[in-house]
Amino acid sequence: MKALLSGNEAIARGAYEAGAQVVTGYPGTPSSEIIKVIAERYGQDIYTEWSTNEKVAMDAAAGAAYAGKRTMLTTKQVGMNVLSDALLYTVYTGAEAGLVVVTADDPGLFSSQNEQDNRWYSRLAKIPTFEPSDSQEAKDFIKAAFELSELFDTTVLLRSVMRVSHCKSVVELGERSENTKQLARFPRNIEKYNCTAIYAKKMHLALEERIRRIAEYAESIPVNRIEWRERKLGIITSGVVYAYVKDVFPDASVLKLGMTYPLPERMIRTFAEGVDELLVIEELDPVIEEQISAMGVKVVGKALFPPCYELLPDRLMEIGVGAGLIPADRLPKKQTLADDVALPTRSLLFCAGCPHRSTYYNLANKFDVPVAGDIGCYNLGCQEPFRMQHTMGAMGASIGVLHGMSIAGLAERGVCTIGDSTFFHSGLGALANMVHNHGKGVVIIMDNGNTAMTGHQDSPSTNWQVTHMREGVKIEIEAVCKAIGVEKVKVVNAFNVKEVENGLRECLAFDGVAVLITRGDCVQINKKPGTQYQIDPAKCTGCHNCLKVGCPSIVVPEEENAMTHKRKCRIDATLCAGCGICAQVCPVKAIHPKEGAKA
Amino acid sequence: MKSINFLIAGVGGQGTILSSDILSEVGMEAGFDAKKSDILGLAVRGGSVCSHVRWGDSVGSPMSMPGTVDYLIGCEPLETLRMLEYLKPSAAIICNDYRMPPMTVSTGKAEYPSEQAVEKRLASMAKRVIHYDATSAAQALGTAKAMNIMLLGTLSTLLDVDVGVWERVIEKYVPARFADLNSKAFYAGRDQAK
Repeated sequence: MKALLSGNEAIARGAYEAGAQVVTGYPGTPSSEIIKVIAERYGQDIYTEWSTNEKVAMDAAAGAAYAGKRTMLTTKQVGMNVLSDALLYTVYTGAEAGLVVVTADDPGLFSSQNEQDNRWYSRLAKIPTFEPSDSQEAKDFIKAAFELSELFDTTVLLRSVMRVSHCKSVVELGERSENTKQLARFPRNIEKYNCTAIYAKKMHLALEERIRRIAEYAESIPVNRIEWRERKLGIITSGVVYAYVKDVFPDASVLKLGMTYPLPERMIRTFAEGVDELLVIEELDPVIEEQISAMGVKVVGKALFPPCYELLPDRLMEIGVGAGLIPADRLPKKQTLADDVALPTRSLLFCAGCPHRSTYYNLANKFDVPVAGDIGCYNLGCQEPFRMQHTMGAMGASIGVLHGMSIAGLAERGVCTIGDSTFFHSGLGALANMVHNHGKGVVIIMDNGNTAMTGHQDSPSTNWQVTHMREGVKIEIEAVCKAIGVEKVKVVNAFNVKEVENGLRECLAFDGVAVLITRGDCVQINKKPGTQYQIDPAKCTGCHNCLKVGCPSIVVPEEENAMTHKRKCRIDATLCAGCGICAQVCPVKAIHPKEGAKA
Repeated sequence: MKSINFLIAGVGGQGTILSSDILSEVGMEAGFDAKKSDILGLAVRGGSVCSHVRWGDSVGSPMSMPGTVDYLIGCEPLETLRMLEYLKPSAAIICNDYRMPPMTVSTGKAEYPSEQAVEKRLASMAKRVIHYDATSAAQALGTAKAMNIMLLGTLSTLLDVDVGVWERVIEKYVPARFADLNSKAFYAGRDQAK
């Protein structure tokens, strides 16, 4: 049977067919759908959970694999930085059953703070790595990864990218193979599983020997293959770029690497000797290129194909034509625009009905404080009309950066903004540090009750466990903060603009660490319709203060009213969620609920 | 390698991904190899989004190159304008007239192109343009959200695929309680092409 699956759906299917029994991870674009799909479609056979962060997920995955369960972990590219400490010991220990880590990288930075190339982790950790080109391979390579993991007793990495994870293509489905090996008890094998130096020394020797054996295996594994065509040009490539290369260089010979670490050196040499000119085409860093150069093989890569952003077919085509590798007439002809009408940009906005809006409205209009920011939907607070979140770099960073502001000794008091899921991901330790070291500042925890940006996963602040469709144990953020030693903890209703302002004032006046929890359900989760709002044109003065809340439902007419010479806003009935925040900031009370209009 | 290339442009939240799901599956059911590419994640919050769909004997890249797209389905005029360089001169555009001004326009920092300017530019870049207010038409049927299915209805009249395939795939992808409404929207969209 065939089905049209996204790469993430195919990875989920691959885990199912490979007999995986445990899958853990922390959500992050473009990886988030894998666990969601496994929970929804294969939840009877596979235990899934959203762990509090990637490192916790990796340790849990290690424990499950030590206990004899085929186990998979999913993360986005930057999550690898969080879990790498745990990943590296698993490469030393191996496990009782297959252990596969899936990283979904984000060339082009569609939803990430950087464009790091996680294939460096393959070399750093000495972890065998597969790179699928489409959904069929995503599924097949997961199965190959589990096989290799058990054959060589090593953790295996599968590296997807956004264009594999979020593209759909046709997949032939297979059956589930059960892992028949079941352990009755957890192994008591200190020499294998305790990386204390005396044992780890031996493990390192074994690792080096193992990676040499896997390199030998890579020479014959079917996922690495040479496609001989014309011998003038040979291209070594992997992942989704292979699909682009086939479109752009249909006549070139191709060495397609399904496994990009360790590399099959003999195969590469055979290919290099069989072609006149050799290219490596890889997105981001010259990871393959540098290894081939180190073999003493002459190859051109980053000199032609830049390390930033995706190498989409049109870009490859232009580079190929520019370098004289493709005849210029192959470049598709772009039409030229007949006029020069400029197109306004469309920046991202908080959803209509978002609970974060009131916090940024207040920070932008009622206060003048530096705001250390964090990762979540609320980073949209750095955009117009708020321009808050003056810093943002990594999960959980905001509290540490706020602390840094305070120990730098500036006279002004700072705040930070962090979501509930991010707080439990990596904010807890930073808050404890701030308390212990006499930090000063206001930690605003924006509690919308879920991990919203990546698709509404649960976190410890959520009272449900989405992967099991059951109640979860909710941990009260205010109780945690008090237990850590925060003396000033204030909870306010995020949908009440004045309450947020007063809470913020009160916390800023506190000489020490204060936590302000702005609580309100994510509008995408709490679908209870509120009454929609409308603007009374008789009362509206056209002052546009309502635009300061940055709501997509508030629309300014394109033309001035001929009578009043004003552009009075209206509320778009297809978008208004009925939160009423705009009504609270209207200085003339012109915005009021529309009778009988549910959002 | 012959292929039929589609682009679906819109604003995050308008349902472009549902459209690309349906369109790619219709392609597969009609006997083609089919691939598609969406932008998900943070970009869905009211930003510009676009999905590529390709049908063919054997599709390589899921994304089309500029100058190679046959059909552009625009869920919002401004977002439709952004994608015009992808079109072949022989392309067809199906565009929703319902305008969603971005914040840059609301705050007076930029101007939304006039209706005449939109119409003129669309006409200059494609062989055929079908445009109507699909949001209001779908709202009249019961929900503005069915706008995307209506546009697919219009597209279906330009493609040589049995209408039963479209019906089956749409039924598979839309929630059961909205099946009737979406079927109505699909046929209302077909009527727009007449």
